[in-house]
Amino acid sequence: MSTRTRTLELEIMRYDPEKDKQPWFQSYTVPCLEDWVILDAINYVKENLDTTLAYRWSCHMMVCGSCGMMVNGEPSLTCKTFIRELPDKVRIEPLENFPIERDLVVVLDDVIQKLHKVQPYIIRKDPPPAGDQEYIQTPGQLAIFKQLTMCINCMCCYAACPQYALDRNFIGPAALALAHRYNRDNRDQGKSDRLDILADHDGVWDCSFVGACSEVCPKHVDPAAAIQQMKIDGAVEFWKQKMGIPGGKP
Amino acid sequence: MAIAKKAVVWGLFAAGGTLTAFVFPALIGLYLLIASGNVPDGLQFDQIHAFAASWLGKACLFIVLFLSVWHAAHRLRVVAHDFGIRKDALVAKAVYTFAAIGTLLTAFYLLGI
Amino acid sequence: MSRNPYVRPISTTTWYMRNGRYKVYMLRELTSFLVVFYSLLTIFALSALADSADRWNGFIASQQGKGMMVFHALALLYFLFFQTFPWFKLAPKAMPVQLGEKRLPDSYIIIGHYVAWIAVSICIFWLAGAF
Repeated sequence: MSTRTRTLELEIMRYDPEKDKQPWFQSYTVPCLEDWVILDAINYVKENLDTTLAYRWSCHMMVCGSCGMMVNGEPSLTCKTFIRELPDKVRIEPLENFPIERDLVVVLDDVIQKLHKVQPYIIRKDPPPAGDQEYIQTPGQLAIFKQLTMCINCMCCYAACPQYALDRNFIGPAALALAHRYNRDNRDQGKSDRLDILADHDGVWDCSFVGACSEVCPKHVDPAAAIQQMKIDGAVEFWKQKMGIPGGKP
Repeated sequence: MAIAKKAVVWGLFAAGGTLTAFVFPALIGLYLLIASGNVPDGLQFDQIHAFAASWLGKACLFIVLFLSVWHAAHRLRVVAHDFGIRKDALVAKAVYTFAAIGTLLTAFYLLGI
Repeated sequence: MSRNPYVRPISTTTWYMRNGRYKVYMLRELTSFLVVFYSLLTIFALSALADSADRWNGFIASQQGKGMMVFHALALLYFLFFQTFPWFKLAPKAMPVQLGEKRLPDSYIIIGHYVAWIAVSICIFWLAGAF
């Protein structure tokens, strides 16, 4: 385990809703261990230099999704961003495209509401298997959507998405990837229930395949791919309905 | 119904994008050849006229141009939005009118060959 | 403690200058102007073809020259690197092929696209009598 140190200068965005008219930057000099992640440096600031700094974090192991922030302009999970990948001067800002509550804490109400909107649960039209019977799902069927289950709701994708930046009504990458996760789950029969939300003009069609969401996703969910697949599904579904072809997923 | 329209125009955009990705480099290559003075034999009036006069030729040329103009139209709509022009309904009318005119002209000229 | 969330302003006209990823995206989208240009040029060519041999030959003659060569060469490079190649790279995302528990590797789909593209291009040049 390395004990070599490195000094970083952190420029952290501050905002006190009761005192400040707008956000400003505060500089901190932080002695770091070489193998730290940037969250360790922020924790050092909180513990030793400035206890008034407000920010979210929890697991420190890339599963809770709490510590998403802009690190030198890039949406990042701060517990995953090693300082060895960063220059000596690091600018830390709250996640882009969200209102700032205080310091590095953002208001996430909008996306939470959107996650609910896509009905992220198994929807059945047929009754569930009787008695002790379980749903049958082969490893192959799981493999189709497993990648999409990895989302930890860190919202880095929304921070990266320029369409969300330009129009906050856009339902956005994580919500759409979540919808697709259920649409591709063989136990689910709710595709048509979700269609109204997805086919809406604030749904999949607002996406212009910039692809930034997938590039910044720390869990490699690939929401951009999910959205393109849903566009194709949507287009095919439209023509099927037009031509009165029954069948496909209910 | 706006939802249905988006599905249709996106479908045309995607088909057009795939087609132009495959076909346009060669098309531009042909214009490059012409510009260099080495006009390919098949582009002499008799040959190209015969090709465009055949139903296969008409179909090929129509599909290429039809998908290209609709692809470009939808993309221009998105570009306008990305450059801050937010009057989407107006932009949509303008670009799809352009695509419709392009389609009609293509059909008109092809039928005249 | 009263809430007073701060909304950071964003420019709807220059947001893409913020980083390289966005700039590349805009350059990709701007290839649509090339699609417009070559579509219109080809429709104009069709109008000459439908008219007479003289008008067609006139059209061909008007397309010759060093300036046009440079334009088409640059357009070809721009189109290849910002439309065709990115389109191929993104294709596997839209069309995942599931083989049992594994997915067909993206590289297979991308290479397939390149092979098809080369084949189509050769066909077009051959049909046009370029060789």
